[in-house]
Order: sequence, then structure tokens, then C-alpha cells
Amino acid sequence: MLKKEGEIRIPAGCAISGVIDRSGARMSGECMIESISTMHDRSNGLGGGFAGYGIYPDFKDFYALHLFYDNTAAQRETEEFLKRHFEIAYCSAIQTRKVASIKDEPIIFRYFVSPLPRKLEASQLDEEEYVARCVFRVNVEIAGAYVFSSGKNMGIFKAVGFPEDVGKFYKLEEYEGYAWTCHGRYPTNTPGWWGGAHPFGLLDYSVVHNGEISSYDANRRYIEMFGYKCTLKTDTEVITYIFDYLLRKRKLTLQEAAKVVAASFWATIDTKSEAEREQEILLRRMFPSLLITGPFSIILGFEGGLMALNDRLKLRSMVCGEKGDKAYIASEECAIRVIEPELDKIYSPAGGEAVVYTLKNGGKRE
Amino acid sequence: MDMFIYPEYEVVRNPDLCIGCRVCERQCANEVHHYDFDLKKMAADSTKCVNCHRCVCLCPTHALKIVKSQDTYRTNANWDNQTVNEVYRQANSGGVLLSSMGNPKPFPIYWDKILLNASQVTNPPIDPLREPMETTVYLGKQKCSVERDGSGKLKNTLSPQLKLNMPIMFSAMSYGSISYNAHEALARAATELGTYYNTGEGGLHKDFYQYGKNTIVQVASGRFGVFKDYLDTGAAIEIKMGQGAKPGIGGHLPGKKISADVSATRMIPQGVDAISPAPHHDIYSIEDLRQLIYSLKESTNYKKPVIVKVAAVHNVAAIASGIARSGADIIAIDGFRGGTGAAPTRIRDNVGIPIELALASVDARLREEGIRDNVSIVVGGSIRSSADVVKAIALGADACYIATAAVLAMGCHLCRTCNVGKCNWGIATQVPELVKRLNPDVATERLVNLVTAWNHEIQEIMGGMGINSVEALRGNRLMLRGVGLNETELNILGIRHAGESL
Repeated sequence: MLKKEGEIRIPAGCAISGVIDRSGARMSGECMIESISTMHDRSNGLGGGFAGYGIYPDFKDFYALHLFYDNTAAQRETEEFLKRHFEIAYCSAIQTRKVASIKDEPIIFRYFVSPLPRKLEASQLDEEEYVARCVFRVNVEIAGAYVFSSGKNMGIFKAVGFPEDVGKFYKLEEYEGYAWTCHGRYPTNTPGWWGGAHPFGLLDYSVVHNGEISSYDANRRYIEMFGYKCTLKTDTEVITYIFDYLLRKRKLTLQEAAKVVAASFWATIDTKSEAEREQEILLRRMFPSLLITGPFSIILGFEGGLMALNDRLKLRSMVCGEKGDKAYIASEECAIRVIEPELDKIYSPAGGEAVVYTLKNGGKRE
Repeated sequence: MDMFIYPEYEVVRNPDLCIGCRVCERQCANEVHHYDFDLKKMAADSTKCVNCHRCVCLCPTHALKIVKSQDTYRTNANWDNQTVNEVYRQANSGGVLLSSMGNPKPFPIYWDKILLNASQVTNPPIDPLREPMETTVYLGKQKCSVERDGSGKLKNTLSPQLKLNMPIMFSAMSYGSISYNAHEALARAATELGTYYNTGEGGLHKDFYQYGKNTIVQVASGRFGVFKDYLDTGAAIEIKMGQGAKPGIGGHLPGKKISADVSATRMIPQGVDAISPAPHHDIYSIEDLRQLIYSLKESTNYKKPVIVKVAAVHNVAAIASGIARSGADIIAIDGFRGGTGAAPTRIRDNVGIPIELALASVDARLREEGIRDNVSIVVGGSIRSSADVVKAIALGADACYIATAAVLAMGCHLCRTCNVGKCNWGIATQVPELVKRLNPDVATERLVNLVTAWNHEIQEIMGGMGINSVEALRGNRLMLRGVGLNETELNILGIRHAGESL
């Protein structure tokens, strides 16, 4: 019998795309569907997904938990757990439409929650850490339940299928956000499990990734020391945790985190100015086990922006384009041109060069 | 009455090739060869031969070889020849059997039961001839706080670390157990390679202070040669708690190897056996170790990393965990196959555990406790090739110590009689006319060649895996698979069996 995602490690090739309107103006998810569908041949129908930022303005102060349930027993158990730990402001099934190619859908639910103040205080954790730990507990301890999105005013939508079908399935035309990312998956196995599709998210961070990292187990075994549990055994999962650790827990900047995971070669560092050299050597010495090797192109979504990053040898294609306030990132230029034929600028970032696009009002959403 | 024991190896001379030049006679400190003036030909006394191959290598006409003797007692699977001979030897002398170099018994070698991965299709191999392939390693604590100065720049809050150009260092071999020239070659090779050699417990000869920035100075239970200048000179300080070849006992240096110079360096009398105490008498527990670590740090102004070296024993994971919480920057673990200049045979051959298992369990334990980045892990005893280095790093080591391979590079032929002090290769001896046989220039070059070659091979292997920096190999156990290992062994090593998927 084929093993489920998480029981084995499944390498995958992929397509990624992302867009942000730096003015904060919101757009529906349809442009992403159009963009990713031009790269149809980069996926094989075994996984697709989207992340939208700024899509829940009415509930922007609540954590939006998206869950897959295999059965109602898992749902019951999870909801009891959620009630013990959170105030649930609103909950409902996530609206979907029937699409012929999307089959075997699990129960898909959404909860807007905020931690119970008394529980939060007793935990001696900050709010985000409290939420993250609850997410891990559901995913590790409750069989048949899986939290696949847990940020504020953002949401991940994913399934087994081609990404354009997944977008239709989730009615993405009904959501409006200032930034979107999406992913089409080409796994070398048939996982058949929705949780294994991408984007992968934790709190506000979401990652879409194309590649197969050779440093996986070194990264995983290191990051697991800090309470992260790599249940899916995918690159995207470990990359998300690395960014969460470096950005949220260690308070590095995006550029610093990028210099940890896609560090400049020592020989390149030697050619830099003394100030830069000192900082980059220091980062490599502080976090050597979070260096990621092997091919990857990723788009990291976070509150107020997107970051594009390639591995340091640039073993995967990725281009960035800009038009007015809008910025685009995609595996192939065609995926940008199809939604914005007239660009002010288009270029291919160098390996290890982080490209950060943030909202104009200092990275905070409207 | 001493029981006669037939020699284990015999010298065989081809009379058609021998020209009677007597090179073998002059080269053999054991006086095996002599010229028989009556018969006008060379003769050999195999009972004195240690099989060091000096005569074989230097015979200009290649007339000599050493073969395993076919003389045997009645075949007995329980009482083999060596076992019987050792009983005779002890009945002859009443003494403890002494041996040198690593455990030669046929215990499992786990390195040889572990296979490496390579990239195919889904992820490209990287070509080290055309792309950067990084082997630089920093050893020491990585755990530190993220702090910024007024301009937002990150402050360096790291403890002192060692920078290695490649994940290989020369392990501890004391001046006394090995010669001045051997020490000089190790020091110069480490300097040229951008790595470190280790003084061992014999202090540091004043001539070698110039190589201090590539020197690890050892503090062992005998405290030989330890004083302020010594500590100040080294790049790091290693506290030797144990040695893989002889866990639970201290160093043995026979008096005949304690020359005037060795005596001055060690600060002990000439010609008297130097037997280090089994424990450090100021360390009877883990909290005592912490005090010594901080005493050494205090006396060197917290400018040098402190290494704690332990032998791989059954409880090594818990011991390492204690060390990682005691202020040490680096833990060195020495496997039961590690070499020695002299050890009681029974201890060498029966005490301790394989380094592969010790390393795997220490690395896993420190990660489970969330303290793996408190320390770096260096392993030795025995690392025989670049493939062993790669496997050790993938199991979780930061770097490897090599010593047997290093003395082999200088000419050692593993005759395992270092304790006798008559090393024909000029390595494990203090006899001036033998020492001068080892040319430090040549030995340095051979050491540099060896490590450079290994480093090239490490780069090739990493490139094949699609890994272009050694940091991404460390602890990357998915790159390893076991063959012919049972479930318990696989669990301890934390790897899957060959044929099992990712």
C-alpha cells in the first residue's frame, strides 16, 4: 500500500506564482488562477493551492483556522479542543463548488478564534506561540484532523488537483486580498492527501516552493529542537518553520533570514565590504544548520508582503515583474505576462538574492 | 623458564635478489638482520621482527618480504594461537600485556555497513569542479542571543569558535609518545591546511609555540606541561577525560621514551615512566568538570573554546548531555578503535563502544534535549577515509579527528609496537638516530597531501548528493542507509535500511 504524506518523503517539482498590490488595494483570487493555469505542465494534478492576504477584513483580529477533517469524530474532538483553548467568534464550513476533477474532498471548516485570556495567561506564552502550539497539538495528536491555515486576515486554500481547478473549487473569485500566492504541484508519487498540497502555512507565514532541498534532514532535525514538528516531511513545511523561527522567534529581518537560508558562498562573502562581511559571517556562524542547499524557489507570504528567494546556485527558475504598485513573482515569465502583459520592469533575481515587496504603509495592512 | 613462542611473522629474503648491501641491517632497530661473514650472506632473526616493513620498503632490490608464519598449534577455535601465546607471555613475565595502536579485533565496522545517497533527476548533483563546494566549518557553541547595536546591526554574541577549512583535525598525540619531527610535521601541516593539531597530554615543545594558532593544547589528568604560556598559546584547550583505546585509565609513557627534551616539555623527571592518573583528581563528578572548564576559561580570559574529550562508553549520551550543560564548547568522542601509544591489551580490546553508535546516540540525545547547538561534536577512533568523514558528519558530527591515518601518512606501517620506543620510521620513538629518519618537510607534505585528497573526495561526495556546503550535510541522516544491519542497530544509528525510500 502506498504510504500517506508524512509517513514518507515525496520529492516534487512545481510551479509557483504570487502577486501583491503595494497600495493595499484588494483583488480577487481569479488573477492567480489565470496565472498558474499557464504553467499547467509544471503540475501533474496531484496538488494545488492558494494563499490570500487581507481576505478577512471583518475578522482581522482573529486567527483564521482552516481545517481538514477525515470524519465527524475527528471534527468533534477538534472542536472540543478548540473550545477549551479559544473563544470561537465564528465558524462554518468553507464554501466550495463541485468541480469534476476534484474528488474525495474531506470535511473543510473554518474557525475565527482568539485565545482564551485565562488559558493564555496560564500558558506563559505570547499569543502567537500559544496559537502555534495549539496548531501542532491538533495536527500531531488528533487523528484525521489537520489545521492547514492559521494566520490572521489571511487564508490558505488547497486540494489534490490541478491548481486552476482548486481555485474554482474554493470559489476564489469571492475573496479579495492585497496579496496572493499559488502553487501547482508535480510530486513524484501519488500522495492523494489534501494536507500535503501547498501552500504550507503557520500563523501569518505561508510558503509556496518549487524544488527539492538536499539539506532537508539537517534542517528538520535542527528545527525540531525548537518545538516544531515536521509531520508532513515536505520541504515546504520545514522551510516555513525555519522562517517562523528566524523571523518570529529570533527577530531577524527578512534579508537576514534570507542570508541564513541562502547564504552567500564564503568566497563571495570575502569580496564584500567589511560591514557586510562581518554580518554575513556572523549569520552563517549563528545558524549553520538552517542553510538550505539544493534547488528551491520560494515565495514567502507574511503580513504586509511577499518575499521571493532562490537557492544560492539558482537551480530553479523564478522571475519578478513590476507594474505600478503591483509586483509579480512566478516560476515562468509567461505566468506574469498572462495577467499583466505590459510591465514596467521584469528581471530574474540572482541565486540567494531576496526580493521583498511590502505594502507602502510600512508593511502593515490597511 | 620462558616458553619459546614462534614468531608470528617471518622475514623472507630472495637470495637471487639480495646483494648483501646491509641496508636492512642498518635500518632495523630491532636487530633482526645481520651479515653472516662465514656464509657471506644476510641472515634474519624473525623472533625480533615486529613487521614494521622498514626493511621491505628500503631494500634497494626488493629482495625482502614479511609473511605470516604458518607455524601453528593444534587448530582450536576457542584457543587460537594468539590467545595461547598471550597466556605463555604472561606466565613468562607476570605482567600486564601492553599493546599499541587501535583495537585490531574483528568487531563490526559500521562505517562499512552504511551507504551514501546521490541525486538523480528530481534534484541535480553539483559539480565541484565548476561550482563552489564549501567545507569550512566553525566549531563551538552556536547558541547565542540575537542582539543589535544602535544602528540595528547584529552584535557578535557568539562564544569563541575554531575555524577549520575542512572538517578534519589531527587528533591528540603527545610529544613523548611521538617524536619531535612527527610533532613538527603535524603542526606545520595543520597550519598549511588551515586546521588544527593536538598536543596530546605531553605539553608543547617551545619550538612549536610558533604554530599556536593551529594548536589545540590538551590538559589531561597528569597535567604534564600545563602552565600559563601553554594555555595562552593554543587556539583551544582540550580537557582529556578519556581515550577510546583505554577508557577508564590514564596515559602510559614508558620511561625509555622520556628523553631530556620530553622531560623538559612535560616537566617531569627523565627516564621515569609517566603514568597519568585514571581520573582527574579534581574531577570526581560533572560539577567538578564545570569548575575545571571555567578555571581554564577564566585563566585565558574567555578567548578560547574548551573541548572535553571522552571515550565512547556505554552511557556516553548522558555523559555528553552533562558536558553540553557544563560550559564546554566542543565535545570530542573517541571510539573504541582509536589508536594509542601504549595501552593494556585487555582494556584496548574489550572496553568501550564503536564511535558510529556513540556518535549517533549522542547527537540524537542532544537534539532531543534541545541542546545540540550548545556544543560541536568532534569524533575520532577510527576515521579511515573521506567516506568515513562524510558518514560521520551525516550522522551528526561537526568534524573528525584523525591520528592513525595521519601517522600512516608519515610512514607508520601499523606494527603496533609504539610502546617499545624503537619505531624504525622515526615516529613513535625518541631515539635521536631513529627520529632523524623522519624528515619533517616530507612528512608535512604527505600529511597535507592526505587531507587535501580527502577534502577533494568529500567535495565530490557532497556534490553528488546535491549539497554544496558541509553545514547542510551535518546530521542529514536521510543521506544514509544501512546494509545488513538489524533493527536495533538501525534505530541507534537513526537511519533506514537500504532499499527503503525517503
